[in-house]
Amino acid sequence: MYKVNTAEEAVRRIPDGAVLMIGGFVGIGTPQDLVDELVHQGKKDLTLIANDTARPNVGVGKLIDAGLVKKAIVSHIGTNPVTQKQMIGGAIEVELVPQGTLAERVRAGGSGLGGVLTPTGVGTDAAIGKETIEINGIPYLLETALKADFALIKARSADYSGNLRYSLTSRNFNPLMAMAAEIVIAEPDEIVPVGCIEPDAVVTPHVLVDLLIAKGATI
Amino acid sequence: MNDKEIIARRVAQELKAGTLVNLGIGLPTMVASYLPAGLDVSFQSENGIIGMSALPDPGLAGSNLTDAGGTPAGALPGACAFDSAMSFALVRGGHLDVTVLGGLQVDEEGHLANWMVPGKIVPGMGGAMDLVSGAKRVIVAMTHTAKGEPKILKRCTLPLTSVRRVDLIVTEMGVIQPTEEGLVLLETAPGVTVEQIVAASEAKLLMPKVPGVMGIAA
Repeated sequence: MYKVNTAEEAVRRIPDGAVLMIGGFVGIGTPQDLVDELVHQGKKDLTLIANDTARPNVGVGKLIDAGLVKKAIVSHIGTNPVTQKQMIGGAIEVELVPQGTLAERVRAGGSGLGGVLTPTGVGTDAAIGKETIEINGIPYLLETALKADFALIKARSADYSGNLRYSLTSRNFNPLMAMAAEIVIAEPDEIVPVGCIEPDAVVTPHVLVDLLIAKGATI
Repeated sequence: MNDKEIIARRVAQELKAGTLVNLGIGLPTMVASYLPAGLDVSFQSENGIIGMSALPDPGLAGSNLTDAGGTPAGALPGACAFDSAMSFALVRGGHLDVTVLGGLQVDEEGHLANWMVPGKIVPGMGGAMDLVSGAKRVIVAMTHTAKGEPKILKRCTLPLTSVRRVDLIVTEMGVIQPTEEGLVLLETAPGVTVEQIVAASEAKLLMPKVPGVMGIAA
């Protein structure tokens, strides 16, 4: 199956109101062309699942700037005053999730699990509305799985079949999100011939990846 | 020596060879600068790396390697990178020896609040709740007061980061160890009297022994 596409064509498949997982950590490891195209095409009422909302005009911060996000499920908005302003003004709903819990909720979503039990947040505001389950005398919060309609992934390299490898701290949530969405669109820095990424170096298996974005491609 | 440097120098003395350490953004990051030369400590950054080093050499900063604040960082030979689930499995799973975090408030029970001020600023908890819940040892590195107001309180007024008791509080005025009995004043900074530190704290400070003097030499 030929997966290579342009960012413009790939983003056309995303409807208004979609639930999106987008990789990145304060913009590092975020698929920039796909985010720019979401803004260009004005996709609105989005639910954004991401580590953070980056900074104004950086990474997914561009979606916030453009007012395209109606709900954000993130661990941190401290680097983006625009998100805080929109939240206080009621323009955006923000669900703050401890970072390790967010990673596990995404992992659970992609792994066929209903959720996970974590000690993080027990007895704090993060426990409000959640079930506490005691195991061997230790209390844990029941944190439910997260899934998305689309995952937008940044990779270091892809081969033409869709195998992905990542680079350093730009990996972050990307491999987890590539498991947890109906449609996975990956934006690698380079696309190499099949066989050029050795099997042991593949982090995301090709079967998970639906579309690959070629940098600057006009197909 | 400014307040932050005093705190960073004292915290650096707590780090032992062969341990895995996570330094929070801001003041805690400065701790790495004051480690004894050659001390073998591995630094984890929660955005997915062990073996992070200070700023890369000029011209070698890459867009794929930053600290948890998004600032370009370097990596030492032997560094390893991983995803966010692995990163926090290390934190919660008993593999992280020490975390050093900033604080807004700590109270007599050793509870830390450091992730939001309702109605004013809501940055979010990021990785702080996982780090405080999961690390084997939690060190809070913070200034003793904020705009003259005590940050070491009888009871935190801000939302807690965890109900786990932190292990050590290091400020520019002294070193305090939360225990089951309460907050024990272990050390005072050079030139700071016990009376001054008591006056700058709302919480009761216990002194089962005469507090020593904080060592902040390089």
